[in-house]
Amino acid sequence: MTTPTELSEPAAPGSRAGHTAAARPRKPGRVRRLSKRDKVVLGIMVGIPTLVQLAFVWIPTLLSVLLSFTRWNGLALSDIRAAGLANYSYVFTDNPAFWPAVQHNILWLLFLAVIATPLGLLLAVLLDQQIRGSKIYQSIFFVPVMLSLALVGIIWQLFYQKDNGLLNFLLGTAGTPQAVDWFGNSSVNIWAALVAATWRHAGYVMILYLAGLKGVDASLKEAASLDGANATQTFFRIVFPAMAPINIVIVVITIIESLRAFDVVWVINKGTNGLELISALVITYLIGEGQSIGIGSAFAVILLVISLVPITIYLSRTFRKEKF
Amino acid sequence: MSIHEDRPANGTFRPGLDRRTLLKTLGVGAVGAAGIPLLAACTGGSGPGATPSASTSLTFGSGSSDDVPKAAYKAVTDAFTAKTKIKVTTNVVPHNDFQNKISTYLQGSPDDAFTWFAGYRMQYYAGKGLLAPIDDVWAKVGANYSDAMKKASTGPDGKMYFVPNYNYPWGFFYRKSVWAEKGYAVPTTFDALKTLCAKMKSDGLIPIEFADKDGWPAMGTFDYINMRLNGYQFHMDLTAHKESWDQKKVSDVFDTWKALLPYQNPAALGMTWQDAAINMGRKKSGMYLLGSFVTQQYTDKTILDDIDFFAFPEIAMEGQDAVEAPIDGLLLSKKGGNNQAARDFLAFMGTPEGQDAYAKVDPSNIATAKGADTSTFSPLTKKCAETIANAKSISQFFDRDALPAMANNVMIPALQGFIKDGTVDVKNLESQAKALYAAQ
Repeated sequence: MTTPTELSEPAAPGSRAGHTAAARPRKPGRVRRLSKRDKVVLGIMVGIPTLVQLAFVWIPTLLSVLLSFTRWNGLALSDIRAAGLANYSYVFTDNPAFWPAVQHNILWLLFLAVIATPLGLLLAVLLDQQIRGSKIYQSIFFVPVMLSLALVGIIWQLFYQKDNGLLNFLLGTAGTPQAVDWFGNSSVNIWAALVAATWRHAGYVMILYLAGLKGVDASLKEAASLDGANATQTFFRIVFPAMAPINIVIVVITIIESLRAFDVVWVINKGTNGLELISALVITYLIGEGQSIGIGSAFAVILLVISLVPITIYLSRTFRKEKF
Repeated sequence: MSIHEDRPANGTFRPGLDRRTLLKTLGVGAVGAAGIPLLAACTGGSGPGATPSASTSLTFGSGSSDDVPKAAYKAVTDAFTAKTKIKVTTNVVPHNDFQNKISTYLQGSPDDAFTWFAGYRMQYYAGKGLLAPIDDVWAKVGANYSDAMKKASTGPDGKMYFVPNYNYPWGFFYRKSVWAEKGYAVPTTFDALKTLCAKMKSDGLIPIEFADKDGWPAMGTFDYINMRLNGYQFHMDLTAHKESWDQKKVSDVFDTWKALLPYQNPAALGMTWQDAAINMGRKKSGMYLLGSFVTQQYTDKTILDDIDFFAFPEIAMEGQDAVEAPIDGLLLSKKGGNNQAARDFLAFMGTPEGQDAYAKVDPSNIATAKGADTSTFSPLTKKCAETIANAKSISQFFDRDALPAMANNVMIPALQGFIKDGTVDVKNLESQAKALYAAQ
């Protein structure tokens, strides 16, 4: 009740125009745009997200790093014991799943970058033409991105099942000894998982590129065609470079997706038998009864360090741009 | 309130005020929103433990969330309430969540009594002082149980902690009609088993049905070969990591198993136990080493009646004395130890009366107390029950007898690797075991 009247005081004597005219020349050097109350409000608004960020991101990160140098059963705090580098030596030398997991994450990145992302781009370009029912196709391709983990698992189970699955049925091998064991054969199942991941990733990339394509000035294309460029040349020389900001976002998303790749693999067999991934190892060791917090934290820290590389490159690029 | 009342008056003069009041409202909203999880956390923490020491009621945490066991435990609590006028508040949690969150659950404000398993999983929390010893309850109901049950209910300090409700044996299940048609006989020695497998293979069957996509079913084969080869005590010491993995006894287990591998379903790594059970139901395979819960897959009564069971054949030690029969039952949390009503409830579970109330609703398992009603048992259940009753020692299955991290994070990948190419690195198993057990 009191604050609004207080604020309105300077305005009371004069009209609206008089108020602004009177306020400006009075303090030419020091512009006080914020009242005390504004500062409090802004302080809260900046402070709360900062606190939330601290509480949910920075402090857990720091604790993870600290815990990765300890042994802890997750019960009483007094059970925490220093372990030095023991957890890291476990990860690097004793754990048979770690190096395969690193290889799989790299394979994941390459596959998404070489197959899935270009596929998404292709879909976007095709759907950006004035085809009939474009919106419907867009929705269809985007649906996988919205589906929950459990559903994705069930859908692919129907495809890949050895004896009753659609894929072996189409190959005509269902029920025969020649049937491909899509989930169980450790040299095949990573590719099966990658196809499932592509199914989601391509839809995601498609939506982003569709937005990007809409943002490309049509006059650019027009000018290109006037200069005699064909469709391929127009796309690769004009449109694609014009989408540079989107391209960077896509690169970052592809890298992040390959680092946090998890759900498909977890649904299939919890990341064992040829489907090892670093993120699955983090969950295996941190969540649930098989909890071994020190080792799980060590895995998490390793994943963090790997993630920092693309994040640093991305951020340094963005900030450099803003400076100039 | 006041903001909205004042707004029209000032708003016409200074458009900027609208923005400020908006900011303020947002700010207040943000504070409110931030407060919600805190409040929720408070109520969440104090909710279940509302009446800890009142002796006319108790809280009961149940991880038996599937329809049948859930209804069965409700029958038990109803029977208990009818008998004693003590009110039981049951909190049912989905079983995977219940198991995964047990550590936080026990340290937070657990229910007085809760469902759990015998074995290392129980002993570990008893050793950490998170459970209440119940020697007084066992003084009342101890006579109802066999020595093997008593052994399985004892904590690391020699005190009693666990009241068994039911269990189910692991063994070979097969279709009688298939065996009768081909003239197979139940093998009692490992050599006889291998001969039988070879014969089945030449008859075009998959001799031993097998599935290990989920990782844990293969532990049953490991447990049995280990117990038959090295004895029950070695198995218990190995799972408790009192014995090293890097020794000949352990590699012998895998070497022995290698003789069976060619007879087990080669597609095991892509299949769940349900898939495998269906295969055996369709007479594609000769037998299946699994827990008696395999019968849950056979809803067709003619198939169900056609299922029979035999114990794992003897290899080198102790004949067929040891049986793998995981026991489910009840524990008392540390807090629940102060509640006499909760102790009474556990004692009730240990009586034939309490177990009958359960088994009437869920007949797929076998009651553990002597004197429980067996008249409704099918011949198969009767056979399973006899096998357990005659057992000299009962193991709980690898993932209940060993450190969960060892079972889930080390054994599952190691066994899957073994199934794939017949090799296993026992030296690496030992170095992993060392690191994981050291963290406990």
